[in-house]
Amino acid sequence: MRMRVDEGRRCLIVALSGEIDHHAQRETGAEIDHAFGRKRCRNIVFDFAGVSFMDSSGVGLVIGRYRRAREVGGSIAAVNLNPSMGRIFEISGLKKLMPVYGDVDSALSRM
Amino acid sequence: MPDNEVTVTMKARSQNEAFARIAAAAFVSAADPVLSDVTDIKTAVSEAVTNAIIHGYASDPARDVRMTMRMDGGDIYIEVSDDGAGIEDVALARQPLYTSRPELERSGMGFTVMEAFMDSVEVESSPGGGTRVIMRKRLSG
Repeated sequence: MRMRVDEGRRCLIVALSGEIDHHAQRETGAEIDHAFGRKRCRNIVFDFAGVSFMDSSGVGLVIGRYRRAREVGGSIAAVNLNPSMGRIFEISGLKKLMPVYGDVDSALSRM
Repeated sequence: MPDNEVTVTMKARSQNEAFARIAAAAFVSAADPVLSDVTDIKTAVSEAVTNAIIHGYASDPARDVRMTMRMDGGDIYIEVSDDGAGIEDVALARQPLYTSRPELERSGMGFTVMEAFMDSVEVESSPGGGTRVIMRKRLSG
């Protein structure tokens, strides 16, 4: 996972990588929360391009961070979902909580 | 592919969620499946094994999760079972967004994802008597 900050938009851009399952979820969530707080961000863009596998643990991961962003009046977005991830987002209702864009620049331009 | 059956037993450690997915993908690979079927099966297996570890055994690494994979014609059957806590109300547990462990930041979508990615999902469980999840998928092509 790599993270960078768009200072102007107070947005943390999280490039997730590898496999997102229950095993990876806790540590990944803690790392994102730490950076989000330390950098005084309000918004998060999750980039799934580097993710090779995701189960419903990814939903828990995103909803947990959605709550953090909402606490400070921010929002979240997702980019680069593959069809399987898109289906999990769809059936879990996540697409109602957050917009999904094709790439990071599209998401940032709407933050 | 010829009909076949393999059973693996793994400790209730979260590292074994990935092992279970790889084992299922390896088992089904003999049938030369399309990639989307492999992804669907890996996702459903990941959900079932995670449930057994977290909910069946409260992540006690001394306990065993069993996974039996069976190929029968063009159908793959995967059974994931534990001898753990069991489920009091299976119908409630299968509801989308229901979780018995909200403190773990779980989405409550495990059974819903299994149902979406497989053709059928049966759940047999009783409090204190463990849980058995039997999933079936007809391979494409």
